[in-house]
Amino acid sequence: MPHNIRPTIWEHAQAKGVSRRDFLTACAWMTAMLGLPATSVAEFTKALETKPRLPVLWFHFQECTCCSESFIRSSHPGVADIILDKISLDYTETLMAASGQQAEDALHDTMSKYKGEYLMLVEGSVPTAEGGIHCCIGGRTALDILQEAAAGAKAVICWGSCASNGCVQAAKPNPTQATPIHKLISGVPMIKVPGCPPIAEVMTGTIVHLLAFDRIPQLDGLGRPKAFYSRRVHDTCYRRPNYDAGLFVNSFDDENAKRGYCLYKMGCRGPVTYNACGVMRWNGGVSFPIQSGHGCIGCSEGNFWDNGPFYQHLPNFPGFGIETTADKAGVVLGAVTVVGIAAHAISTNIRKRKLIKEEMASSEDVKDGRAEQGGE
Amino acid sequence: MQRQTLGRVYVWEIPVRLYHWVNAGSLVVLCVTGYLIGSPLAIQQATEASYAYWFGKVRFVHFVFAYIFFFNFMFRIYWGFVGNKYANWINFIPLRKKQWREMKQVIAVDVLQADNTPIETIGHNAVAGFTYFLTFLAFLFQCLTGFGLYAAMSKAWFPKLFAWIVPLMGGDFAVRQWHHAFMWFFILFALVHVYIVFYHDYVEGRGEISSMGSGWKFIEQEYHPVLKRQKPGAENKK
Repeated sequence: MPHNIRPTIWEHAQAKGVSRRDFLTACAWMTAMLGLPATSVAEFTKALETKPRLPVLWFHFQECTCCSESFIRSSHPGVADIILDKISLDYTETLMAASGQQAEDALHDTMSKYKGEYLMLVEGSVPTAEGGIHCCIGGRTALDILQEAAAGAKAVICWGSCASNGCVQAAKPNPTQATPIHKLISGVPMIKVPGCPPIAEVMTGTIVHLLAFDRIPQLDGLGRPKAFYSRRVHDTCYRRPNYDAGLFVNSFDDENAKRGYCLYKMGCRGPVTYNACGVMRWNGGVSFPIQSGHGCIGCSEGNFWDNGPFYQHLPNFPGFGIETTADKAGVVLGAVTVVGIAAHAISTNIRKRKLIKEEMASSEDVKDGRAEQGGE
Repeated sequence: MQRQTLGRVYVWEIPVRLYHWVNAGSLVVLCVTGYLIGSPLAIQQATEASYAYWFGKVRFVHFVFAYIFFFNFMFRIYWGFVGNKYANWINFIPLRKKQWREMKQVIAVDVLQADNTPIETIGHNAVAGFTYFLTFLAFLFQCLTGFGLYAAMSKAWFPKLFAWIVPLMGGDFAVRQWHHAFMWFFILFALVHVYIVFYHDYVEGRGEISSMGSGWKFIEQEYHPVLKRQKPGAENKK
């Protein structure tokens, strides 16, 4: 089989002129990024020295390519290179040189040659309305392509919120019936890397884990790698002490905003959003939304578009119309209840009047009776 | 109508009364702190975070009372199997025809007020029992969602038992939203519950209000579990 003669990742790096020192530095860096202990560096390095390049198919369905944009901006100098070199990106609509028949051939070559071995990366959701005609590539629907490719994949990584939970395409009213990948295919190991887009280092980290250890990383209940999604943005936020102290920004132009207080009351979704923004930050650790004075919008959580508005702490409550929070609905229901109680109390005094009068009269009788007895 | 001959019935045992007031107290604390967590007052400003911790304290109180509420609730379920017949679980779930018949009757007498026939039941009537069953379901829902949300910020094993609810409901967003919305169920329930207790005491004169303090209700001779056997009373003779 051809993969015996495929160069390993280390051999490939040497051919590209990467020095041993740079290679080891990158290995140590990636091990740390994966949240693995320093003792794993050797194991990790050995894996990259002995493993051949992983064939990868990267599909783009209903998406905006922000995941790819994020990925190619991976901050560590070597990582994006190493990933793009170390994997054999056989098919990706936005980056490959081939087009038309050549591109389709490359796709089918990999699918047949490396059946059960290739890694499938999916960016974007898949529309299912009207037979899936809202997203077609090479004359076939996204659904069709997805199902065919997933059948022979070693694992599927769902890039970004579109593939993981539908994101903006699946927001109400979802005219194309955009559907996240996990609802369409089964029987293949799947990793969700949500975010709009996900952090570049989280994306590379997930691939590197698969590459080095040949198994999917530990996942949480929603199928996200625990190394990056086990903590809420809120838990790692540098403004957290302000939250605990009850120091809140009340409007974006107030004194508290200048002081850098907590953005909870401004609708920050940090407390309900699982992501690594507070730790890894963006653009090589430069900043993240909260550091720039804007609340988290919860872009890595399911349905975040429909849980708006972004600048209101409590989302609108479904079924009560626009701009009705649970509290507004609750106050209205409370008022209705109080009116109902008042009406019932009035009604009681009218309709049960006879009954109550009788009872009062009968107790009067007793009193009178006693009095009479006493008198006798 | 002869109603003046009343006999005492020990309806609510001490554990039931204790449960009731611990539950009522923790619900008040949980609603107040829960509302504050959802919509905190911005009372502090121009200070350093290291000097204050009030919001942390509010959350701490919420979590502590959540534990009290949960174990109190579990205790009440246990008592539904070992307590007296008024505390028994069968009162809460309408499995018997008699309960459905009584429900119709209670709705006619107490809700629509179209009828004045007295309701015989001494403990919970069928509608009340079923309403409490629904509140138990709401308790369960609040415990599941609350501890589910809490699991992510706790290292303890107990809240971890509830962590599965978050993926089931599709993430913290939805769980928090529903946890918050259900707070209003308790507020509405408390309004109606307190009113209904006053209503029953007013109309029936059985000592409904004081019964949750003393345990005793005052029941007409004809419905009293013991007195009804010695039916021919003095007043019937005249």
